[in-house]
Amino acid sequence: MTLPTFSNAHRLAIQLALRLALGAIPGLLLWSAQAAPVKVADVQGHVLQWDAPPRRIVSLMPSLTESICALGACDRLVGVDRYSNYPAQVNQLPKLGGIDDTQVETIVALRPDVVVVTPYSRVQDRLSALGLKVLVLETRSQEDVQRGFQTLGQMLAVPDALQVWHRIEADMNAKAADVPASLRGMRVYFEVDSAPYAAGESSFIGEILGQLGLRNVVGRELGPFPKLNPEFVVRANPQIIMVGQRNVGGMDGRPGWRGIDALQAQRLCVFAPEESELITRPGPRMAEAAGLIVQCLRRLDPAAPGPGKTRPRS
Amino acid sequence: MKPTQLLITLLVAALMLLLLGVLVGSTGFESGMLTAPDPAQQQILWDIRLPRSLGAWLAGALLGLAGAVAQGLFRNPLADPYLLGPSAGAGLGVAFALVALGLSPAAAAFSLKLGLTGAAFIGAMAAMMLTLVLARGVEQTLRLLLAGVIVGVVLGSGTTLLMLMKPDIMRAMQVFMLGTTGFLSWQSAELLGPVLLLTLLTAMGASRALDALTLGEATAHSLGVRLGLVRVTLIAVLALATGTAVAQTGLVAFVGLVAPHLVRSNCHGRHNALLLLSALTGGALLLAADILARGLIAPQELPVGVLTSLLGGGYLLMLMHRRRTGGSA
Repeated sequence: MTLPTFSNAHRLAIQLALRLALGAIPGLLLWSAQAAPVKVADVQGHVLQWDAPPRRIVSLMPSLTESICALGACDRLVGVDRYSNYPAQVNQLPKLGGIDDTQVETIVALRPDVVVVTPYSRVQDRLSALGLKVLVLETRSQEDVQRGFQTLGQMLAVPDALQVWHRIEADMNAKAADVPASLRGMRVYFEVDSAPYAAGESSFIGEILGQLGLRNVVGRELGPFPKLNPEFVVRANPQIIMVGQRNVGGMDGRPGWRGIDALQAQRLCVFAPEESELITRPGPRMAEAAGLIVQCLRRLDPAAPGPGKTRPRS
Repeated sequence: MKPTQLLITLLVAALMLLLLGVLVGSTGFESGMLTAPDPAQQQILWDIRLPRSLGAWLAGALLGLAGAVAQGLFRNPLADPYLLGPSAGAGLGVAFALVALGLSPAAAAFSLKLGLTGAAFIGAMAAMMLTLVLARGVEQTLRLLLAGVIVGVVLGSGTTLLMLMKPDIMRAMQVFMLGTTGFLSWQSAELLGPVLLLTLLTAMGASRALDALTLGEATAHSLGVRLGLVRVTLIAVLALATGTAVAQTGLVAFVGLVAPHLVRSNCHGRHNALLLLSALTGGALLLAADILARGLIAPQELPVGVLTSLLGGGYLLMLMHRRRTGGSA
């Protein structure tokens, strides 16, 4: 597929129109407090510049949407991808498709000052060619999320972007302190999908599990989401298994799995679909994600009071 | 090579591969596995590796047999077990089951009861029925082929649409599409074995009709072959063999297409021998691919379908090349 090629004159006219629009908005709003020029560099080394912090933002990744909102700029979003659903107010915005079927035309029609995407988005070249500013941010690890906060904070001229991040970190530490001592250091297996794909130590989920003091049976050398030989899990014999509701069914029917410690002792954390979504989304709600995991661990704690001690809900 | 020679070679290969299959696992190759006294090792050997290896061989054999039946019945060397649309049907069935798992608890409960294997089997069968209905029966071969192609394309796009709407099923779907032998258990083997026996015997019973069919439908008819009955029987064999294999292992590529060609290029015989040998070749091919899939990057796994394509396709290419340059075969 190719784009219709614009003649130079057309291109100039569009750019001129965009410039005028960009220039006019801050003036009209008498938006002088933050109207200083901003300049940021993204993960691909593109340097982007604005005369004033962008007012119209399109985000094409749920976690980036959440980061933008966490920085208090939710009302500057004018459109998001189909899967952005938090905070609730982004559900009112135009949905612009997913990674494979992004609606380029609608995005252009929204006249955004910036489109925030991940490196896996297929549309960044087309959007740049159409004269839009495209900010590329990575969201695979906590470090990525932190760097994303910094970049977005610079772009939005939010002075305390890193403080927001530090608050999240403090929350994380508080959650980690709540992990029952009896479960600390246990071998854990987090199944992302029943192939089986696991979340390894180097994945975002793996980082959270590590911070909570659990030992991941899938080491760093296997990469973030390896497709494992199911026999590997039987051999590693995890003491806790974490899995989404959609994959828990039939787990003890897999050849040889019945004997795994976690299944014998029913030390299972089963997450509902919306919980799985939260846990697997690398963004500012990672302390909340850690909270969900800790909640489950506390239910599994043999020392915990209450009836039916280790029965997970499913 | 004579058919009996090839038969013996393939049987020996099956045994060797089975032995190799229990020695290769998530830790790579271990020769001490057989004699390890550790009960955990024994469990891995008997409950995981042996049924997995056996299941892979059986599923491959079903695909090889289905390929030979399809190529004989449609008199088309490009025919494969997925010709009448079962792959697309099974894919759609699995996609629906996966979506249902994420919906209401009631839908999830139903989906779990049916299982992905059940959904794949029903989808495969439904797709083939649909093909037969669209082709208005089995009388016209060309109609059947076209209907199969149409069903494949339409159901396939349905699956793609579901994946686009629910991206969380994408990973699981990919695994299914590339084929997987990871969870084959004794239950799978107990199902695949009898089905293989049944379909193989039925197909071999109709092998004389297939021999006659190689001379053309009119000739076959004049030789007294009851074409209608033969078609219905062989399509049932094709459906059952393919549906069962796909349900257990996903859409393993290329085995069904390549196995009969490998047999034909090594020995010339009647359909009686071709059907049996194709099944044995298919089994050896899929089991070899499975062993490589778990061994090459252990403890991670490669999709087994990628390896069947490489192995089968590579060997076929080599044969073609040798035939052209050697000038005889």
